[in-house]
Amino acid sequence: MGKSAFGYMFFGFLLMGVVVAMSYPSTKGENLSVLLDNPVEDEAYHKMMDVLMSPRCVNCHPSDNIPKQGDDRHPHYFGMARGENNLGYQATNCTTCHQTENNRYSGVPGAPEWSLAPDKMKWEGLTRNEIARSMLNRQHNGDRSLTELEHHLTEHELVLWAWKPGVDAQGIPREPPPVPLEEYRAAVKEWIENGAIVPED
Amino acid sequence: MKISFTINGTAQSIEIADENTPLLWVVRDILDLKGTKFGCGKAACGACTLHVGGEAVRSCSYAIKFVEGKEVTTIEGLGNEQNPHPVQQAWIEEVVPQCGYCQPGFMMATAALLNKVPNPTDEEIDQNIINVCRCATYYRMRKAIHKAAELQAVMNASTETQTS
Ligand code: FES
Ligand code: FES
Repeated sequence: MGKSAFGYMFFGFLLMGVVVAMSYPSTKGENLSVLLDNPVEDEAYHKMMDVLMSPRCVNCHPSDNIPKQGDDRHPHYFGMARGENNLGYQATNCTTCHQTENNRYSGVPGAPEWSLAPDKMKWEGLTRNEIARSMLNRQHNGDRSLTELEHHLTEHELVLWAWKPGVDAQGIPREPPPVPLEEYRAAVKEWIENGAIVPED
Repeated sequence: MKISFTINGTAQSIEIADENTPLLWVVRDILDLKGTKFGCGKAACGACTLHVGGEAVRSCSYAIKFVEGKEVTTIEGLGNEQNPHPVQQAWIEEVVPQCGYCQPGFMMATAALLNKVPNPTDEEIDQNIINVCRCATYYRMRKAIHKAAELQAVMNASTETQTS
């Protein structure tokens, strides 16, 4: 093969690489996670994941069907568990104690649609990248498109409860996630706008 | 603010300054229905269990504003000496209580369970009846729960025969 032919091929491959790389953002909306190493996008990603890894989120995404409580993530007291509809047992269920808002007298937390995340959305024990991939997988995320996922992450009242978690049974304020709400919302939007890329493990 | 609801079949309206006042406070201190008990105030013991719209609720952790337009049933409305609810009848027959303090909450929780699961297994009892009894009457309660299921089945069968 002549030197110039090799040069053309090399240039061709380079061009293909650029085209392929540029095509990644077009996966937006199709929930494809891509393994790339991009420190700028990583910042928004990690900010979002710092929130999603916090006990305020993971406590209700258990892997063993048992909700967790507190920053020490202990199993929910009194033997409460998922039950058939993610709402506890037949007669003693989430709403026996949890209402649509926090109760400052008893310290019982509450928000609209208080329930465990479905079994397919188990996050407990996963790494941040595993959680992110699971969250993007329509088989696991309640068949949410990226737009619907963004809405869930930034607007769903049950999710937003994390930033107004009320006081516990001792009257001590619960710790909110480590990133302020508006900063978190901006990070989620930025991450999704940039193609919802999950960095390499 | 004014809150209107039904309690044990009677319409009730109360005027209350703090809409977040626990329903238990209203039931005991304003409506003078002392059957429902205060144990922990933290939704942890179940002594305050009553029904809102037929569902078991821990009334120490239930803001009064949420009962607007709803039906509340306390142990006084479940049944009475002349006409006991199957759960109350079973409790009498099995002589369940010792001090009795926790018992109304247990009976309300059991009545709610039998509405959902007419013939509960021991496992279903363990999952749903998680109140606390400091006199440890659990063994007698389990027997009473099974008996209540039988009594309720008999009662339902005779109601069906009468209506058919
Ligand atoms: S007083 Fe309500 S659960 Fe203990
Ligand atoms: S009978 Fe005494 S606390 Fe239960």
